[in-house]
Amino acid sequence: MADSDGRQVDSINHSTEEDVKLQEVVQAKCEGKELTKEEKQRLRKEKKQHKKNKKDDRGPPEKEKEKEKASVLAPSKPATQSPAHKAPVPVNASASESPVAAEKPAKSKAEQRAERRARQDTERASKQGKKEGGQQSASSKPKATPNELQPVVKRLPEHIQVDDPAALKKLAKKLERQQVPLRSDYGYKVSLFSHLHQYSRKNPPTQQISIPATVIHPSIVRLGLQYSQGIIAGSNARSVALLHAFKQVIQDYSTPPNEELSRDLVNKLSPYISFLSQCRPLSASMGNAIKHIKKEISNIPSQCKEEEAKRRLQECIDSYINEKIILASEAISKYAIEKISDGDVILVYGCSSLVNHILCEAFEKQRKFRVIVVDSRPRLEGREALRRLVKKGIRCTYVLISALSYILPEVSKVFLGAHALLANGYVMSRVGTSQIALVAKAYNVPVLVCCETYKFCERVQTDSFVSNELDDPDDLIVTRNGKTHLENWQTVKSLGLLNLVYDVTPPDFVDLVITDLGMIPCTSVPVVLRVKNVDQ
Amino acid sequence: MELQAVLMAAGGGSRMMDLTYNTPKPLLPVGNRPLIWYPLNLLERVGFEEVIVITTKEVQKALSTDQRLKTDVKMRLDVVCIQEETDMGTADALRHIQQKIKTDILVVSCDLITDVALHEVVDLFRAHNATLSMLMSKVHEFTETVPGQKGKKKAGEQRDFVGMDVTGKRLLFMANEADLEEGLVLRKSIMHKHPRMLIKTGLLDAHLYCLKRSVVDFLVHNKSVTSIRGELVPYLVRKQFSKSLNSKNRMFGVHNKCTSKDEALLQLARERSCWNDHRGDMSEAYHGGKLRCYVHIMEEGMCYRVNMLAAYIEANRVVPKLFEDPPIHPTAVVSERSLVGSDSIIGPFCQISGKTSIKRSNVGTSSTIKEKVKITNSIIMNGVTIEEGCNIQGSVICNNAVIGRGADMKYCLVGSGQRIEPEGENDVVQRSAGYTTRTKTHTLQFCSSAVFVLNPAFCVCVCVHSHAHVCLFVCVILCVYVRFNVLIAY
Repeated sequence: MADSDGRQVDSINHSTEEDVKLQEVVQAKCEGKELTKEEKQRLRKEKKQHKKNKKDDRGPPEKEKEKEKASVLAPSKPATQSPAHKAPVPVNASASESPVAAEKPAKSKAEQRAERRARQDTERASKQGKKEGGQQSASSKPKATPNELQPVVKRLPEHIQVDDPAALKKLAKKLERQQVPLRSDYGYKVSLFSHLHQYSRKNPPTQQISIPATVIHPSIVRLGLQYSQGIIAGSNARSVALLHAFKQVIQDYSTPPNEELSRDLVNKLSPYISFLSQCRPLSASMGNAIKHIKKEISNIPSQCKEEEAKRRLQECIDSYINEKIILASEAISKYAIEKISDGDVILVYGCSSLVNHILCEAFEKQRKFRVIVVDSRPRLEGREALRRLVKKGIRCTYVLISALSYILPEVSKVFLGAHALLANGYVMSRVGTSQIALVAKAYNVPVLVCCETYKFCERVQTDSFVSNELDDPDDLIVTRNGKTHLENWQTVKSLGLLNLVYDVTPPDFVDLVITDLGMIPCTSVPVVLRVKNVDQ
Repeated sequence: MELQAVLMAAGGGSRMMDLTYNTPKPLLPVGNRPLIWYPLNLLERVGFEEVIVITTKEVQKALSTDQRLKTDVKMRLDVVCIQEETDMGTADALRHIQQKIKTDILVVSCDLITDVALHEVVDLFRAHNATLSMLMSKVHEFTETVPGQKGKKKAGEQRDFVGMDVTGKRLLFMANEADLEEGLVLRKSIMHKHPRMLIKTGLLDAHLYCLKRSVVDFLVHNKSVTSIRGELVPYLVRKQFSKSLNSKNRMFGVHNKCTSKDEALLQLARERSCWNDHRGDMSEAYHGGKLRCYVHIMEEGMCYRVNMLAAYIEANRVVPKLFEDPPIHPTAVVSERSLVGSDSIIGPFCQISGKTSIKRSNVGTSSTIKEKVKITNSIIMNGVTIEEGCNIQGSVICNNAVIGRGADMKYCLVGSGQRIEPEGENDVVQRSAGYTTRTKTHTLQFCSSAVFVLNPAFCVCVCVHSHAHVCLFVCVILCVYVRFNVLIAY
């Protein structure tokens, strides 16, 4: 950037730029979104200030006002933005914007600020120009960018853009570099879900790798198989198994000469992680665990001896499992038991390891209650929950989800497990959960979601279409009395099978979330996330 | 390292002595490659870089000299010799090489020819953390007439009873007909845990096993087990349901000691997982057992164990179609006036003269076939000379045999180094299966069930045949084997 001469020009242009921006904001607002009173007021204020500014013609008070304006502008951006996106895009507006806003008041000189802003603007403009002029190929850039105010583009995860050939190509390239096999999608996908992977269990990821697994650690291969066959299922189990496999990887790891452990090990893990996500898309809990481990690895000082570093990492994995999963479940069950009173009829859905744990604990604490296990096809995981509860001696009733509205009048509480808790308070869980929450709400039965805080996720999602998982459609095929219906479903052109794994439940249907930090409403998820981020 | 491959190639081939009398089983030519190449190729294809080959001195020598095998197999072969005389079983052999075994092992027999997707077997082993996983396939019905075998079938082969759970993967039960006294006895402990069991017969054990490292440790501690198939596998299958967990821990505990903390984590993961391998009772996944055996049954594809003459012939017929070698080796000299069918393969350095016709046959290395010879459905091994005017059908001719002029052979087995004289009276062996044979003056007619093996000194062939145009006769071949038994045919 041409700094010396750019400065003056910038400062001259500045006020007009501000003007344009404001107008943009106003325009955006007028474009058919409702304005809250607050926003209207703020806008009015801004306009006034602007006029004043112009009158003053760069007088001494400018600095003050600039500052004010900046601080006013910055928060107004996300406010205008978030409604602007139609639901799907994972908005990280608040996160990406906040550093910009925070930065501003730190520097006192208005000129510097103005200059920087202008520079950013020009950069942005040139980038935009390039993008629009050059290739229009919808690469990984989401359509979140039309609002030019947002400088940081959040990359879309590859597992939700399978229908985009460019993204697929990129993925294939990455996997090839990492020597991880690419699993091909299976069968016809129901429309609206073509952007998700759909794998067949009959076509395991190990098909293409050498049998004494050399590139990928054997324990990772084993884990991947167990994921893809559903032997290890459920967020908690998957995270524990993942961490266990990582422990073995670290155990067998030795730093190659001229490499640094903290760097090399992270690099070594990334093909493993891609392999696992080829076996089954990673869960939010696994994502968090991986993030944690990677951070711990990169925190290891370079002068640390290898043995020492490995020991530390293993200890840290152990403590992660202990704190975030085992102790967390203890804490949650302590809170949850308070909510279970004698004579309760508790409805649970599917097989949540945490809910099972809570119920067993409560039973051991001599609470008198009975449980209704609701189950659904195709996995019928409720059977396993039923088995575990009945084995403990808890009185249970087993119904399928179709009998839900029949059974609900006798229910006093609904306990649900969660796959992840999203930043907007939505609960992501096994498909069917939102239906249960909805019906429970209709019957005025309190819905309690139990979830460890390590499953909290910064993603925002308001529907189950954007980011979800498709399981093997062949699971839906049933053989009864020797007859298999749907056996040749692939040959019927007009037929698609959809085996959806998750859905999201809006916070309106959830009365309470029980976490290891206590009982909170859904809407407090961002608070917990923020606190967690500060902690780390 | 995840898996080490062990190739068992020390077997004598006792079930096809006729062929293996002079050539060790691993070196028998199948589709003009030594038999041992097929399992080696299977292992190499899936990505093994090193194999421990347990074999005899003789085979080792051959392996080190065989140039073609060397160029074909790029893996590192770690050849371990064992003495033939000691009569070691396969489990003994594993015990013998136990210092070399660092990880779980994949044991393959040298007579296995298959195009199985090996990952199926290994994935069962991996996913379920199994102690044993093995490969089986449907038994083949051999349709071709087998030389040297009379009547229909030997009643000999004893059936295996293999019990599986509802998924068809878990191996619950295994028994051989020979071990049964009156009926099939199922233990209550199995029925208790697996009330629905599928028992199958007609399965061929491919002798391909994935075994846990701890099993080798177990073998070291239990010297009485000599064979993998005969003793170890049935023992492991049985042990899945035995109550005495303590004794099992004692036996398999050697390896588990250091990993108890890992075990705890795995246990935790399993507890949290909502998966179960069965339903209908109150017990946890795998019924809490630590020892698990799995089997993968090939539904389609090819799987042969070349341990009998019939299988050998069948394999020779099928195998060339699967490996895309040129049917006629470039170094072979084939006369233009000969007729070689596309379903035949001709080995290197062969000489085939004019007016010959070769159909559905394999001709081995450096064999010479002279004029006016007709060969159908036959296997000619290496270095065989076939003189003018022979007609050979459905026969197996072993290494370095010489077939004299004008021989007419049907379903014959000629042992290695044998010489069929053109006009020798003593070699006339005939047996007709109820049809008419004409004996011409200069044609020697060999019919089915003629066996020429071993040293002529021990081979007494007595033939009774009528000179009439319509002849019905009984042919008695009396083969005295070198060391042992007397085989009397008629």
